[in-house]
Amino acid sequence: MDIIACIKRVPQTAEADVKIDSSGKDIVKDRLQFDMNESDTYALEEAILLKEKFSGSLTVISVGTFDAEDTLRIALAKGADNAIRIKAEDFGELDGYKTAQLLKAVIKDLKHDAIFTGCIATDDYYSQVGVTLAELLGMPHASLVTKIEIDGNTVHAYRELEGGLLEHLAMSLPALFTIQTGINEPRYASLIAIRRAAKKEIKVIGKEEINAEDIVSFSSLEKLFTPPVGERAEILSGTLDEIGTRVQGIVKEKGLL
Amino acid sequence: MAEIFALVEHRQGAVRDITYELLTCGRKLATAQNTKLTALVFASPADKIVESIQERADRIIVMEHGVFENFNAEIYQLALRDILEKEKPHVTLIGHTAFGYDLCPALGAEMGIPFATDCLDIEFTGSRLRVTRSVYDGKLDAHVLLKEHTSYLVTLRSGCFTPEEVSLATEVVKQESPVTEQPEYRKFVDYIEAAVGEVDITKADIIVSVGRGIKEQANLPVMEEFATAIGGVLSCSRPVVDAGWLPKDRQVGSSGKTVKPKLYIALGISGAFQHIVGMKGADTIIAVNKDPNAPIFNEADYGIVEDLFKVVPVLKEKILDAKKLKG
Ligand SMILES: Cc1cc2nc3c(=O)[nH]c(=O)nc-3n(C[C@H](O)[C@H](O)[C@H](O)COP(=O)(O)OP(=O)(O)OC[C@H]3O[C@@H](n4cnc5c(N)ncnc54)[C@H](O)[C@@H]3O)c2cc1C
Ligand SMILES: Nc1ncnc2c1ncn2[C@@H]1O[C@H](COP(=O)(O)O)[C@@H](O)[C@H]1O
Repeated sequence: MDIIACIKRVPQTAEADVKIDSSGKDIVKDRLQFDMNESDTYALEEAILLKEKFSGSLTVISVGTFDAEDTLRIALAKGADNAIRIKAEDFGELDGYKTAQLLKAVIKDLKHDAIFTGCIATDDYYSQVGVTLAELLGMPHASLVTKIEIDGNTVHAYRELEGGLLEHLAMSLPALFTIQTGINEPRYASLIAIRRAAKKEIKVIGKEEINAEDIVSFSSLEKLFTPPVGERAEILSGTLDEIGTRVQGIVKEKGLL
Repeated sequence: MAEIFALVEHRQGAVRDITYELLTCGRKLATAQNTKLTALVFASPADKIVESIQERADRIIVMEHGVFENFNAEIYQLALRDILEKEKPHVTLIGHTAFGYDLCPALGAEMGIPFATDCLDIEFTGSRLRVTRSVYDGKLDAHVLLKEHTSYLVTLRSGCFTPEEVSLATEVVKQESPVTEQPEYRKFVDYIEAAVGEVDITKADIIVSVGRGIKEQANLPVMEEFATAIGGVLSCSRPVVDAGWLPKDRQVGSSGKTVKPKLYIALGISGAFQHIVGMKGADTIIAVNKDPNAPIFNEADYGIVEDLFKVVPVLKEKILDAKKLKG
């Protein structure tokens, strides 16, 4: 079985101080850490598990700048056979639709029985690239998948809906799955594997190979701004003991116990 | 003037809350553009669903067929394509739910209609559409302009519009479904209900909820002890369940449980919107997070900007003291 996994390198912003840069359209990146997008680690793991079970090849693809090659190498170290970087720097501002078209331009020429993507990128929060890509390639998809079982020619895909309800679908391959976190236990790459992956070749594809004129975007970023805050929490300050006493007062006063 | 359309979302026979929010947002857009609001109902049976949204739209287009009983994105895509080609609405609103998530990007890509996903707000600026979106883990917002086009698709985040009562003269129009069978390559089989656990967090008055900030599973017992000591139960955010530290039935949020305790203490939870929707109904929310800019502080009543491991022992002692005094 030939499998493709799409992975993105994203800044880790959940615990960081996120500042807007002078262009007003991007964030200050020099003090941020970058890593594989969270749901992509699960998508990659699912792809590796499938490859291990049915044998075949696994290709990982990322649309990104040079740094994205670090993330692709992690994927190679974990078990991917080939890695491709589509040069983001060649194609200007990217929205989800444009990203999906770039991925399609490369994937359409590769053999694939199944494609895995994450369900959402934590930087742009689009949650659209996987489903868009499936449509552009003319293949069926299931999004927000938390369980996959293959039974002969039928794939049982379980989508996670609100409230934890699962939608059980019977599908056939080829198909694209956008993977939700928690579906498996993503492995770590061993140090030896990481060292070996450092020497592997990453195929780089740019505007010479993909005709940028055919690739359009549906949207453009106007500006970033700090979210307007309504009523923010009252921040309890002072020593830990003073804070504790305040909380004690609050629970007493409100009769919370 | 081309109309505003809103896709009615329903599951297991009932209209979902997002539908009323879509209709309220749609009303706003229709008024701004001096045009009409049409609700699209694909269902089987459709009567009860049509009745639930009566007077909330100028027109309801109904396609009633067995294939629409359960949501299948492929079928909805075919039905919507048919209607959008005929009616050419200006904007079609869809919920940013597991349902809209599976549908909108495919429909937009197929029809070449510009689309924007997970939008908090939408406005017209001249002939273009501007949407507001939340990015970088909710730390920033973005204004995004859609490419100039006659038609747009937008998925709306839940909880951004408060449903309004309106009493419009609604015209109900029935149409034939262009689809009558599920495609071979993707068939809906059934729904599987979430498993019920030993502890029902939805019934608790006091909840201590832990997030990725607790760092490792070894730190759970201390948190559990804290919860029990103050007479509460322990719940968590999604990453804690993903890591296998707590069972799924302890997860608070859009893909977990909705809780309404008197007191919700959030420890090391950043406050992603998917978490917030599950706990914003709590009477009093106290959040502990070492990041002063964590979005959780926009929802909490009280915030403590500190290392949770330092705060927990102090809170435990002080709340226990309060209980003793009371008891
Ligand atoms: C379709 C979909 C459905 C989802 N459903 C849910 C859901 O139902 N429930 C849910 O919770 N999430 C859900 N999520 C995930 C959600 O988007 C977030 O990823 C998740 O809520 C983040 O969890 P967290 O706050 O625990 O972790 P993080 O975002 O990583 O935040 C950890 C926080 O801990 C703080 N911290 C770290 N160390 C300390 C310390 N020592 N002391 C104090 N603070 C500390 C950090 O500052 C940070 O704010 C869903 C996502 C998707 C795409
Ligand atoms: N630049 C990219 N390169 C490779 N894959 C991507 C890229 N952007 C998005 N994806 C994939 O699409 C998923 C959803 O991303 P998004 O639609 O941006 O939220 C991600 O989890 C990735 O698997």
